[in-house]
This record gives sequence, C-alpha cells and structure tokens, in this order.
Amino acid sequence: MNSNFILISYIVSAILFILGIKRLGKVNTARQGNFLSAIGMLIAIIATLFKMDTIPLEWVLGGVLLGTIIGAVSAIRVAMTSMPEMVAIFNGFGGGASALVASAELFKYLNGKDIYLAELTKNNSDLTTTMITIVLSVIIGSLTFTGSFIAWGKLQGKISGQPITYPGQNIINLLILLGVVIAAYFFVVNPENMTAFYVILGVGLLLGVLSVIPIGGADMPVVISLLNSYSGIAAAATGFVLGNQALIVSGALVGASGIFLTNIMCKGMNRSLTNVLFSAFGKVDATKTGPQSGEEITIKEMSADNAAYTMQSAESVIIVPGYGMAVAQAQHEVRKLADELEREGVDVKFAVHPVAGRMPGHMNVLLAEANISYDKLFDMDEINDDFSGTDVALIIGANDVVNPAARHDESSPIYGMPILNVDYAKTTFVLKRSMNPGFAGISNELFAYENNYMVFGDAKATVSQFVETLKEEA
Amino acid sequence: MEQLIGLIFIAVLATFAGAELIGKIPPQLHTPLMSGSNAISGITIVGALLAVGASGNDKLLAILGFCAIVFGTINVVGGYLVTDRMLKMFKKKGSK
Repeated sequence: MNSNFILISYIVSAILFILGIKRLGKVNTARQGNFLSAIGMLIAIIATLFKMDTIPLEWVLGGVLLGTIIGAVSAIRVAMTSMPEMVAIFNGFGGGASALVASAELFKYLNGKDIYLAELTKNNSDLTTTMITIVLSVIIGSLTFTGSFIAWGKLQGKISGQPITYPGQNIINLLILLGVVIAAYFFVVNPENMTAFYVILGVGLLLGVLSVIPIGGADMPVVISLLNSYSGIAAAATGFVLGNQALIVSGALVGASGIFLTNIMCKGMNRSLTNVLFSAFGKVDATKTGPQSGEEITIKEMSADNAAYTMQSAESVIIVPGYGMAVAQAQHEVRKLADELEREGVDVKFAVHPVAGRMPGHMNVLLAEANISYDKLFDMDEINDDFSGTDVALIIGANDVVNPAARHDESSPIYGMPILNVDYAKTTFVLKRSMNPGFAGISNELFAYENNYMVFGDAKATVSQFVETLKEEA
Repeated sequence: MEQLIGLIFIAVLATFAGAELIGKIPPQLHTPLMSGSNAISGITIVGALLAVGASGNDKLLAILGFCAIVFGTINVVGGYLVTDRMLKMFKKKGSK
C-alpha cells in the first residue's frame, strides 16, 4: 500500500486525538470526544496493517483478542472507587508495550544487520540515533511498567501506603542512574553488548519500583498523573526508534498533558514535583506533629442522630468528600443524604478539593456514579468564600485538605497547601472511623476546634444513619 | 539526521498542543481526561504490530511483538471503555 496513504491516515488520527482531547474538556461533549479519539486509534491501527509486509494472523489476532478480553473485562467490572488503580494498571501496560517494541527493534537489527542498516540509510537515519532512542524507550517504558504496578499495589493496600524509606535512598538512586548512563554508553557504541542492554532493562524496571515506594498514599494523584505522562513519553520515544509519526504525535500529546496535569496536582498541594518525588512526605513528619507530640487535644463527639437533626434544621450544608468516602463506598448513601436534606429545604453543595482522593478528579467520578448532578459540585476556588455563610460543613473521609494548620502553622508539613476553609462554617462535622491520623499521617487541628464535632464510625454506616434519622422525622 | 530533526519538529509541536489542550479542562473532568489520554498512549500498539509483521521466522521477535500487542490492546481497549463508562455517569439533574 502507498506509504503516502498511510501517512495521511496517521494525520487523520492525530487530528482525531487532538479534537478528542479538546472535547473531553466539556461535560456535554466529553463522551463524543472519547469516541473520536477511539476512532483515531482504529484508523491508525488499520493503516498500520497496510504497512506490514506480512501479517502473521495467529500472532496479530491472538494478541488483539487476548488484550481486548483482558482490557474489556477489567474496564467493565472495575468499581468506580478503584478507578485510580485501574488507570495505573492500563498505564503500566502501555509503558510495558513501548519497552517491548523497542527491544524487538534491537533484536531485528541483530538478526539482519545489513538489511537493517540499508533501511536506516534509506530513511535518512543512523544506527547511533536508533540505539539511543531504544535505550530511552526501554528505560522509560519499563520504569512506567513497574512503577504503575507498585502504585496499584499501594492503592490496593497490598503494599503499605506509607512511604517506604531506607538510609541513603537518594544516593543509591543517584548511583543507579549513573550506572545506567554508563551501561547506555557501552550499549550505544556496541549494540551487540547484550550485557549492557540487560543492565539497562533491569535498571529501568528497578527504577520504577524505587521511585514509587518512597511516595506516600496521599501523594498518589501526583504519581498517577506523572506515570501517565511517562507512558506517553515512552510511546514517543518508541516513535523515534521506529521513525513513526503516529507514535510521536500521540505520545508527545499524552506526555505533555500528563506533565501539565501533574503540575496542577502539585499546585493543589503547594509542593514542587521534586519535593513530592524525593521527600518521602508524611513518614518523617508524622513523628514531628500528631497527638503524640505532647499537647493533649480535647475533642467533642456527637451522635449520628444529633448531627442529623442539626443538619435538618440548617439552611445550608456543604459536603466535603475525601478518600475515606471512597474506601467506605459511601457515595450512594451520600446521595441519599443530599436528597433527604434537599427535601427538607436545606441547600446542599459539594466542595471538591483538587487533590481529594487518589487521582485527579477522583471524587467527581464517585459523586457522578452516585447520580449527583455535577452542577452541585464546586471546586475549591469557587466555594471557599461560601463556608463563612454556611451552617454545617460535613466532612466525609477528608483530612489534610481541611486542616487549618495549612494556613497558619509553619511547622506543619502541609503548611501553605491550599485548603477548603471548612472551619469558617458555623459548625463542622467530621466523620471518622477513629482518632488515627489521616493517610498522610498527620493529625488535624480542626478536630479540636470549638465548632467541630466528631461523628465516629464507618462513613457509610454513619451516613445511612443520617438518612434513617431524617426519614423517621419526615 | 534529517529524519531525526523532522521528527523532533513534530514532537515539539505536539507537546505544545498537549499542554495547551489540558490547560482549559475543568478539574471535575480530570479523571476521565487522564484515562482517555492514557488510552491514546496505547498507540504503541502500532509499533507492536510492525514488530510482529517484521518478525519473519524469528520466534523471539514474534513473542516480543505478541506480548506488546497484548499489552497495547489492554491499554487501548480498557482505557477507552473505562473512560466511556465514567463519562456516561456525568449528568445534570433532570437529564437522566
């Protein structure tokens, strides 16, 4: 098939990807955008089939079939609360695929050097460039692969959500990085040096593990969007290996958007990316602050019934969901609560912090799943001024994002992080399982505030208790 | 060299386009956006197909390519489906 035809098809798919991402940006057109982007992918795949000299059907069909079954079944079965893990895993497979393709290209060269070199010359490329891009693609791809699986393990609770650190961590990482640069040099000057290649591959896999284990659970939104970006960069690097424009354009699009999103998440926590990646946040800090630091804090407790009565007689309630709501799968109960309150004439809004949950926009997805209209959901900047005029702020499973220490306590590890000003509301209720500090390992001074009441128990059980009480009253 | 610079040219433009596109997206859509763009990074399946196509009689190449096809397809199919599932849920009240 004419190679111009293939290139034109790639241009069409690039346009569809761009339009797709653009439409993903508005609720009304988002589904259509995703569909356009999927069509773009289909066009790129079909055009590629024409580019292949031979199509070994058993490998192609078998692979596509197996991948489709695994991908589709997991996409359909995953619970919305587990979305961060799901995205991490898909992402890991994308990175892994890129590393595999780059490795395959190396073996293609080793199998028939003369033919390969002739092809490179025909395409105005050279061996050194190809080998350098293979190195990049293998490192970034394999790092994305293992890093995503570690992130998945942390989110699933299979690996401790606490940052895992050991002495000299950064120095060891630096030495590993130095090692890979040396190995890369030996590999590029002599691509037959398989030892060097396996060192590169091994280091890539190891780096993924080492760079994600020291990162705490509360920083996961940053890690997930960063890994997302890596998988795009890996695809782009593979595009350079193959001289394939479709891979480069799409990979670069995803890589850039991922970095941008990562940056938004970092701003949401008022921290730099280097700080997130290298400081093992929470681990060190939990010992510095927290209740054990000496000062005894006194907190007030309220029963679920009384809290429900208070909300019933309020004029306005702002609900602040956090990761705890996801863990307790309480989003549907929360919807019922909002419905009951609205029936009583209470004005109900939801305040969503940019880094609430374990991935960007996590809370919005859960509340949408529970059928809560998205025009009741407000971003931090939109709603922060409203708290002072609000009767009750109901905090369900959120902790760090409502800790007033971020505003004034310079010794707090989250000092400077933009927070939801829930303490300005007349009354705050914090739903909490027990008095343990949040996922980031920091205790919250809001708990001891004059106008705050703790409602202890499982978030889902407590919220459904609220609903019961309100129903009985009706 | 010529080819390389041409490709870098494309990459630079696409990078700017990507950053530009995301800047305008409201936080509430960040999750679907991520999983949707994640599906796009599965484009590497194109490379996987080419690898299998060029494998000839080499079993190792074919196996590497096959694994890459499986991984890439998981990324693409799973990514698009899960994004669609999420977006289906975003509704305003009254438009049920």
